[in-house]
Amino acid sequence: MKNSIRFVQGNEACVEGALYAGLSFYAGYPITPSTEIAESLSGHLPRRGGKFIQMEDEIASMCAIIGASLTGHKVMTATSGPGFSLKQEAIGYACMAEIPCVIANVQRGGPSTGNPTHVSQGDVNQARWGTHGDHAIIALTASNHQDVFSITVDAFNMAETYRTPVVLLLDEVIGHMREKLKVPEPGDLPIVDRLRTSVGKGVDYHPYLPREDGRLPMSDFGDVHRFNVTGLFHDMWGFPSNNPRVVNELLHHLVDKIENNVHAITRFKEHFVDDADYLMISYGSSARSAIHLAKDRRKRGEKIGVLEMQSLWPFPTALIREKCAGRRAILVVEMNMGQVAAQVKAAVDRPWDVFLANRIDGRLVTPMDIKQLLRVIQGRGV
Amino acid sequence: MAVKDYLRERFFPHMWCPGCGHGIVLNSLLRAVEALGIDKNDIVMTSGIGCSARISGYVDFHSLHTLHGRALAFATGVKLSKPLLNLLVPMGDGDALAIGGNHFIHAARRNIDITAIVMNNRIYGMTGGQFSPLSGCGKKATTAPYLTIDQEFDVVKLATAAGASFVARSTTYHAVESTEYLKKAIMHKGFSVVEILSQCPTHYGRKNKEGDAPDMLELYKTSTAKLNSKALEKNPDRIPRGIFVDEQRGEYCEEYDNLVARVAGGAK
Repeated sequence: MKNSIRFVQGNEACVEGALYAGLSFYAGYPITPSTEIAESLSGHLPRRGGKFIQMEDEIASMCAIIGASLTGHKVMTATSGPGFSLKQEAIGYACMAEIPCVIANVQRGGPSTGNPTHVSQGDVNQARWGTHGDHAIIALTASNHQDVFSITVDAFNMAETYRTPVVLLLDEVIGHMREKLKVPEPGDLPIVDRLRTSVGKGVDYHPYLPREDGRLPMSDFGDVHRFNVTGLFHDMWGFPSNNPRVVNELLHHLVDKIENNVHAITRFKEHFVDDADYLMISYGSSARSAIHLAKDRRKRGEKIGVLEMQSLWPFPTALIREKCAGRRAILVVEMNMGQVAAQVKAAVDRPWDVFLANRIDGRLVTPMDIKQLLRVIQGRGV
Repeated sequence: MAVKDYLRERFFPHMWCPGCGHGIVLNSLLRAVEALGIDKNDIVMTSGIGCSARISGYVDFHSLHTLHGRALAFATGVKLSKPLLNLLVPMGDGDALAIGGNHFIHAARRNIDITAIVMNNRIYGMTGGQFSPLSGCGKKATTAPYLTIDQEFDVVKLATAAGASFVARSTTYHAVESTEYLKKAIMHKGFSVVEILSQCPTHYGRKNKEGDAPDMLELYKTSTAKLNSKALEKNPDRIPRGIFVDEQRGEYCEEYDNLVARVAGGAK
């Protein structure tokens, strides 16, 4: 148990979680505010028999981790806004070719170069729709370092379970803030290892034929099964096909394997939710302010709570609808112009009761910011 | 093993045009692999996008058909994560040196043990005949109806300057010579580049009045000359063929292992 309590940045908590989950290959390119992830791993990975490489650009970093995943490694890259934009084509490739990988995006202000050293949550929709074409994606987030650790482990587990890229949507405040992290003992958190095929040498292996449970066992490059991996629509051997039936079935498979498992993927926490008249929905560093305000108002007898989302995509529509039913008002607290608020409005029965408490100026949304809106909603003036 | 044992015959016929040089490159490459006797399970072929890139689907190796220009970046991930694998990366001229130019020079700079094969037909074939960074000046293409004004890269000079430790050039006319260069490139420890001039009669040849495939092959015979040959001395305008660089320098994956050993030994 000794030395298991650390005082770290959120980016370091992410690194600790990734190593706990079995990360053994990292490729990246320096970009604020995610750089500490690369810096930290450049020290850790060579000491643990893993591989660290600083690539020539963001695109190459994303491509390199996909290549390394195919030899059987658990892989990750980390970036921020502009880098996340550059990686999108290769993220789509990982969706199409069903390559397990984790992409941490420590969000900063955008668009473009934007506000590199300040916080934002403006990449929520980019995580969902950044790459072209119909597809599904998993995006996870957290508001404190203990949760950054465990959600990072979840990200690796989900990448393996669903053979898909998973986006870790952190933000500048979470990434750079320092707080306590207690690193769990090995075995405390479940780890999903690579599912490899049991098909033996000389037997036809179909890399893209799902089992009955929907999972696709993999075979490492270098092992006995030689197959094709492509970003084109492909058949069960991985060979390109534009047969309409093959295209239709593959696209449904890629979307359904994630959207149909929204219940298993969804992660959330409740803070004083049960009897709340006013419900705040928040995530990441914004949720810290929402939770602070809820604790504060509870002391004054106000029934107010926070639903803290830890998975943003696939959007847990049914959960949000259920949790929002019967509330007097819903406040979505986030640092963008209403990206999650729009999803919440679409999910609930009374979208006119959904309000946006936001900040988009590069500063953390504060409990006071939220309180001012709450007072207006409560009819208590400004 | 026969050459056809290295092919995925069920995916034939291939999609290349009649007369295309890329099948000859495939032939040269497979004969090199056959001669070296490398186990098919130990080879990963990574390719990008374009006519050339489809080569990876036809070979019975581990094959990774990736994004336009990014084959070397994917290959770097495969190689560093499993250094025992042999990485073959065939690329078209646009794939390797326009959209993929950055990855090309950086793979060369790292001297990572990958064999890059630039199948240079001086045109974007799959999209219908646009000029590439290797077309050169005064060429006709669908995006150069008034002839190109762009200067071309010299693949050999670029690869050499960027740090590739093995650099060779041949043509589809010289298929046996290509096989010899490819054998040396594959056995070479470090980043190796083999440029093979490959005819595109459908687009480049037709637009630039170079005739059909046999005429274009004939042109490779008459417009090139072996490095250090009398023919080249007499005709310095000819394109030189041969091995231009063959040096032993620190290879990236080995350097990484050295770093790990250094760290494990207690050094900072």
